[in-house]
Amino acid sequence: MIYFENVTKIYNGGSPAVEDITLAIEPSEFVSIVGHSGSGKTTLLKMLFAEIFPTSGAVLFESRNVAELLPQELITLRRNIGTVFQDFRLIQSKNVYENIAFAMEAAGRLDEDIQADVPHVLDLVDLSDKMWSFPRELSGGEQQRVAIARAIVNQPEVLIADEPTGNLDPINTHEVVQILRKVNDLGTTVLLTTHNKGVVDFVGKRVITLDKGRIIRDDPSGKYTL
Amino acid sequence: MSWWHTTKRISRYGLIGFVRNGFVSLAAVLIMTITLFVVAVLMVGSAALTTTLEQLTQKVDVNVYFITTAPEERVLEVERSLENLPEVASVTYTSREEAIANFRERHKNDQLTLQALDELEENPLGASLAVQAYDTSQYESIARFLEDAPVVGEGEDRIIEKVNFFQNKAAIDRLTNIINTARTIGFATALILGIASILIAFNTIRLAIYTSRDEISVMKLVGASPWYVRGPFVVAGILYGVASGAFVLIVLYPIMLWLGGPSEAFFGSFNTFEYYVSTFPLLFLVVMGVGVLLGALSSYLAVRRYLKQ
Repeated sequence: MIYFENVTKIYNGGSPAVEDITLAIEPSEFVSIVGHSGSGKTTLLKMLFAEIFPTSGAVLFESRNVAELLPQELITLRRNIGTVFQDFRLIQSKNVYENIAFAMEAAGRLDEDIQADVPHVLDLVDLSDKMWSFPRELSGGEQQRVAIARAIVNQPEVLIADEPTGNLDPINTHEVVQILRKVNDLGTTVLLTTHNKGVVDFVGKRVITLDKGRIIRDDPSGKYTL
Repeated sequence: MSWWHTTKRISRYGLIGFVRNGFVSLAAVLIMTITLFVVAVLMVGSAALTTTLEQLTQKVDVNVYFITTAPEERVLEVERSLENLPEVASVTYTSREEAIANFRERHKNDQLTLQALDELEENPLGASLAVQAYDTSQYESIARFLEDAPVVGEGEDRIIEKVNFFQNKAAIDRLTNIINTARTIGFATALILGIASILIAFNTIRLAIYTSRDEISVMKLVGASPWYVRGPFVVAGILYGVASGAFVLIVLYPIMLWLGGPSEAFFGSFNTFEYYVSTFPLLFLVVMGVGVLLGALSSYLAVRRYLKQ
C-alpha cells in the first residue's frame, strides 16, 4: 500500500534528514515510528502526504509516485490520508462541528452526509457535548480528539499521527491512543510517530526505529527500544 | 457536488469569516473606506475642475470686426466658412444694427457718448462675428485662417477691419497654459492619491489574510481544492468592498449637501450636492465596483501566496 524506495531527503544542502529508507506498509497495519528528535520521523511522514518531496528515491502510495501526482491527484491523495499533529492544527475561526464538516465539504460530500456523520464521529471521540465550542474553549486533549475526528471523518485509508500525544497529560494520552487503536481496528492504516515509550508498548504493534535518518530496527510487534 | 452547492458553501464561509473576524474585518473596512472616499472625492473634484475649466474656456472667444461697408452676404459667407472649420465650436453673428443697439444699451448712462453718436450721420460700427473654439489653443489657427482665407478678400476688397486675437494673444496663451497645467496637476494628483490609497487597502487585506495563513495550510492539508480555500477569503474581500462602499456613499450625502452652497459660490455653477444626486448611479457603480474589485483581487492575490507554499 505504502512503499518508501531508497528515499533520501536533504534540506538546503545540509546533512540528510532521512537517508536511503526502504520500507513497505501493508493495509490495516498500525506502525509506530520512534527515534530521537531529529531522527527523521516527521520528514518521513511529510513525504507521504506530499508536504515535502524526496531529494532522491520514491514514495509510492497505492503504486503511484506521490511526487509525480498532478495537483488534482494530490488533493485526492490528501483526502485519503487523515493527519493529526502535535499542535492539533485546528481552524481557530471555526467551531468543532465546522472544523470536521470542512474536511467533508472539501471532499465534496453532501450536506445530509455531513449532518449525519459529524455527530457520529464526535460521538466516537466522546466530544458530542462540545460540538459548538471553538478550539480555544477546549483543553489540549479535547482539541486533539477533534483533530482525530476530522482526520477520520472521510474514512481515509491511512491515518498519520505525528506525535499526537506530545502536548497531552497521561490520561488524555491514553484516551487518544485508545481512539487510534479503535480507528485501526476499523481497518484504517495508522502511522504513529512518538517519543512516548508507554504509548508504543501499549499499542504493541510494528515498531520502526530511526536514528540519524536511517532505519536501525523494524520489529513486527516490538517494544520501544532506542 | 454541484457548482451551486460549492458556491453556497464558499459564500457562507466568507460571510461567517467576515463576521467572526470582526476586528480584522473592521480594520479592513475602515481602510477601504478611506480608499473609496478618496476615489469618490477624486471623482467629484475632477468634475468640479472640468466644469470650471470648461466655463473658463467658454469665456474666451475671438471677435472678427468687419468694415462698415462690408456687405452682409459676404459677412455671412465668412460665418459659414468659419463654421465649417473643425476647431470652431460656435460662431455668433452681430449685425451693424445689433452692434449699435448694444453700444447704446451699454452707454445708456453716458449721455455725452450718446450725443456724440447722434451727431454722426451714419452707424459707425461694423458687423462682427464672435468665434468660439473647442480649445483655447486653437484660436491662433482660426486667426491665421482669417488672415489668408479668400472669402475675406484682399487689398481694397478686404472686408475685415480687425481680429482681436492678436491683441488678446498673450492673455489667451496664458489662460491656455493655466488650463493645461491645472488639468495635468489634477490628473497627477488623482493618479498618485488613487494608487497610494489602493496600495494601502491592498496591504491591509494582505495583513488580514496573513493572520489566517495557518488556517490556509490546514485547509490544504485536509484536501481542500485551491478554490475552496481561496473562495471564502475572496467573498470576505468582496464584503469589505461592499460595506465600505455603502458607508462612503452614505457619508458622502451630508458632506455633499453641506458643500453644495460653498462649492457653487467657489466654482461658479458647480454644486457638489447636485452632482452627487445627478450622477449617483455612476458614483455608486464606481465606488462599489472599485471596492468589490479591490477587495476580491487583494484577497485572491494574498491567498495565492500561501497556497503556493
